[in-house]
Amino acid sequence: MITSPAFVIDPAVLRDHGITPDEYEKIKQLLGGREPSHTELGIFSVMWSEHCSYKSSRVHLKRLPTRSRLVLQGPGENAGIIDIGDGWACAFKIESHNHPSFIEPFQGATTGVGGILRDIFTMGARPVAVMDSLRFGPISSNSGLSVQPGAAAPTQAEIHKNHSVMEGVVSGVASYGNCFGVPNLGGETKFEPCYSGNPLVNAFALGLVKKNEIFYAKAAGAGNPVIYVGAKTGRDGIHGATMASEEFSETSEAKRPNVQVGDPFLEKLLLEACLEAMQTGAIIGIQDMGAAGLTCSTCEMGARGGVGLEIEMDRVPQRETGMTAYEIMLSESQERMLLVAQKGREAEVYRVFEKWGLDAVQVGHVIAENTMRVLEHGNVVAEIPNQALTDDAPVYKRPLQRWEPPVPREKPEHIQWNAGKDHTSDLRRLLASSNICSKRWVWQQYDSMVQTNTVEGPGAGDAGVIRIKDSQRGLAMALDGNGRWCYLDPRLGAMHAVAEAARNVACAGAVPVGATNCLNFGNPEKPHIMWQFSQAIDGITKACEELDVPITGGNVSFYNETLGEGIYPTPVLGIVGIIEDIRQAVHPGFREAGKTVVLLRGSDPGDMADAEPEFGSSEYAKEILGALWGYPPALDLEKEAALQKAVIEMAQAQLLDSAHDCSDGGIAVTLAESAFSKGMGIKVNLVSRGLPSEFVLFAEDASRMVISCDRGKLHGIQQVAVKYGIAADVIGETVPEKIEISVDGAVAVSANVNELHKVFEESLEKALRTEPELVAAD
Amino acid sequence: MKAYVYVSLKKSVLDPQGKTIQGALKKMGYKGLEDVRQGKYFEISLGDGLDRTEAEAEVGRIAREVLTNPVIEEYRFSLED
Amino acid sequence: MKFGVITFPGSNCDHDAYWAAQQVSGQKAAFLWHESHDLENCDAIIVPGGFSYGDYLRTGAIAKFSPVMESVRKFAASGGLVLGICNGFQILCESGLLPGALLRNVGLKFICKPVHLRVENADTPFTSACHKGEVLTIPIAHMEGNYFCDESTLAELQRERRIVFRYSNAEGEITAQANPNGSLDNIAGICNAGRNILGMMPHPERASAPELGCVEGLRIFESLATALATK
Repeated sequence: MITSPAFVIDPAVLRDHGITPDEYEKIKQLLGGREPSHTELGIFSVMWSEHCSYKSSRVHLKRLPTRSRLVLQGPGENAGIIDIGDGWACAFKIESHNHPSFIEPFQGATTGVGGILRDIFTMGARPVAVMDSLRFGPISSNSGLSVQPGAAAPTQAEIHKNHSVMEGVVSGVASYGNCFGVPNLGGETKFEPCYSGNPLVNAFALGLVKKNEIFYAKAAGAGNPVIYVGAKTGRDGIHGATMASEEFSETSEAKRPNVQVGDPFLEKLLLEACLEAMQTGAIIGIQDMGAAGLTCSTCEMGARGGVGLEIEMDRVPQRETGMTAYEIMLSESQERMLLVAQKGREAEVYRVFEKWGLDAVQVGHVIAENTMRVLEHGNVVAEIPNQALTDDAPVYKRPLQRWEPPVPREKPEHIQWNAGKDHTSDLRRLLASSNICSKRWVWQQYDSMVQTNTVEGPGAGDAGVIRIKDSQRGLAMALDGNGRWCYLDPRLGAMHAVAEAARNVACAGAVPVGATNCLNFGNPEKPHIMWQFSQAIDGITKACEELDVPITGGNVSFYNETLGEGIYPTPVLGIVGIIEDIRQAVHPGFREAGKTVVLLRGSDPGDMADAEPEFGSSEYAKEILGALWGYPPALDLEKEAALQKAVIEMAQAQLLDSAHDCSDGGIAVTLAESAFSKGMGIKVNLVSRGLPSEFVLFAEDASRMVISCDRGKLHGIQQVAVKYGIAADVIGETVPEKIEISVDGAVAVSANVNELHKVFEESLEKALRTEPELVAAD
Repeated sequence: MKAYVYVSLKKSVLDPQGKTIQGALKKMGYKGLEDVRQGKYFEISLGDGLDRTEAEAEVGRIAREVLTNPVIEEYRFSLED
Repeated sequence: MKFGVITFPGSNCDHDAYWAAQQVSGQKAAFLWHESHDLENCDAIIVPGGFSYGDYLRTGAIAKFSPVMESVRKFAASGGLVLGICNGFQILCESGLLPGALLRNVGLKFICKPVHLRVENADTPFTSACHKGEVLTIPIAHMEGNYFCDESTLAELQRERRIVFRYSNAEGEITAQANPNGSLDNIAGICNAGRNILGMMPHPERASAPELGCVEGLRIFESLATALATK
């Protein structure tokens, strides 16, 4: 008998819980025809929310490739796991915390980092690296025009708001990760007007675990105790999961009490205690309480193990008085874990948590029925079959509608190409532009070196690289996504995200072996958004298959819209690669003068008919021309794979001094960035093949890298290139101090490296320091 | 009984947070500002076991020995029934 | 020779210091638990970096009351070698084992980057493997590294040559630009009058392997090992 105090479920109540009339009918049917209690309705509302149930995305996510001989755990657990050799495995995942970060940037970001770290150490893995992919609205009015048609240039108030969102998010990420003690290897930070009302905060974490010590979020053994550990439960974040499943309106900021507060110190204790408790052998299964809190961990652990969990609300440690079962079950208080231990060995578990000064209490036990049962003051207030909340949750095949972005596909006529123009100032402007400039202001606030494994930290390169102590091996990881490209062509744009993240990892000399994705989109109830989503999935699927990087997990974030304005479709890919011998890791920067500079190219540059439409999606078009047209660059995945294999082989044969991938801003920016790390100059000549010099310098063709090497190793490099069918053209050499890039023998860029470096380094800080003009000057 | 303890940096110690807040306030056009100092505030609830004199002594000790670092900080407190 | 590394709740560089100490000494180090008085017969104690007690209240403010710090005080009083790194330096100052305090960085932000340090005094057990005036590159990573003390203390530190490291540029010049956090007199590390306690904000354990891009931090550990071997 389910007791429910006088509580009437009417349409308004259902609306508040985000449950449709059809879904309500299904709930009653799954409960054997009866009405749900208030607590049960709350439980259904969070478990069936988009955020937890993936009801709109599930049919599409099924298409993603998820297997390889190295995948030990694919999607469906707290994190995916890949075998990395020498008895080690790595657990990794990326997750969004977009909505909370808009409402309260600092706390939203901290809890985002906290959540992803718990996902990793729940699996028994010690987190050894984090990265973030961040998107904000414009932070200065002079950087590029608004490329979203119809959108006005950002107002000063908007810029001011974007500054404070960015400051809050960055210090939130820093505060949590630094205290927890995990190195932040960087990631990416990009700016577009569409993210003004909808910043994206995607946090990636990776942990190491011995292959035979992996833990799963699975309950087993009727009668075994269910133990609650960590922070006490308060009323924070109630309905956070349903909030993440709604668009923003003007009243969203009034939802502030929904936002949870993170405590990185407590999480650090929880990490140490959990890993130590796992060593006792007394723990059977463990899951963190993230979105949908106690509800989610209770039914999911039961469902995975084919058993049930029965829990008593009166035993749950509470921070506030008078909390109801509804509130306790839906609370999203942070830094909490639920675990199932072996009966009779509870004391061993308690001893560890007590040592670390943490609460650990038995709140229930495992039952044989595949059901979640919740008791309050001795009465059953919820009794729901686990499957009703997980497998039987609604799945929608939402309508799709092909969509054309309101952007010309041909170059606007007023734009002319300048033969023979000096492009030094163009390069300077690009290096200072918000999407390309150094993000030092961001990553210098992150502890990037704690744990003393950081071989390649943030800033310099394409990928973060760590060593694994007591092993020769290392891991490289990179995050990538280009919303503007996905807006123009979601399928091709998503393919690029996979290709570039993998290319970044390959540049470090690592073999890409696994991927995680964070899919940030608008409202899935709009057919064109769902079409974008489906296209992106197709693109990711294709690219992951061709490049042999299975998806092991990730997260979908829909409803990234404010007042009906959606973001660019923004799939972000995180890719992890293995370096068998860390001494073979390749750095992105030129090391010394007198080295040969080579352009590796998987595909041929096209002719004007190909190049012109592609150039419209470049950073050059955005920043220098203030325009957007055309398509993302073409991508030949076979060639891309060949290029990556080639560079990895070159790295393993120790032929390379440096390798850096060509992306935003084209080869000119790549060359400059490679030069900055040691203040080296370059003298390079590029061949135009009849294309305008803008294209030669700044086009963003895929599948290209700039490498440097000893002259004596050139032959070896060319042999590998021939083997894989890619071009390896010598374009020049490294020299002291001066950057000089010619096109067909005529100097097109000429500047002192330190001068350009200063522009690159200082631009972001300058933009953030400049207070908008709405305030009076001193 | 409740004790309210205020901890602030000594006048001789630079307070960059206070300075930053002051600068921002000035920029925003607030008038008449001379100085802003930032500090910490503690609310301590005391049980019935202590009389006022004892409470004063105990809170003083807490403030002096734990809540402040005498090298850089000073404190004041008040008690309320 | 046995190094002991203290673990407080919230320490997060304890494993790093342990690893570096072990590399240098070639012998097992020990983790010392904050709640225990037992220093397990260690010959040198490292108070590591991190966020002991979350850095709540003030950095190092709660850690100083832990039982292990009582033993460290006694150990230091009898001439034992104590190295405090980052949060460890903050704890040593809070404990009164070193003078002064570490305030919030002048820029108000956490800073993580390699910096240049000029060795001001190579005549300590922590710097004997260095030369006076030598410039080391070692990373910092802190929010509160802005060293402060009153004028008379500063004068005393200078007079007694107890300023061991100062932030400098690559050429070894002590400039305002080279000062990352606003520290008084560019102070990055100081020792006590007895020269057996060193506190420093930079992390020598992070500059301890070629793969990490720098090995100059090992000198601190090597100096310590030499001091212990010749003791």
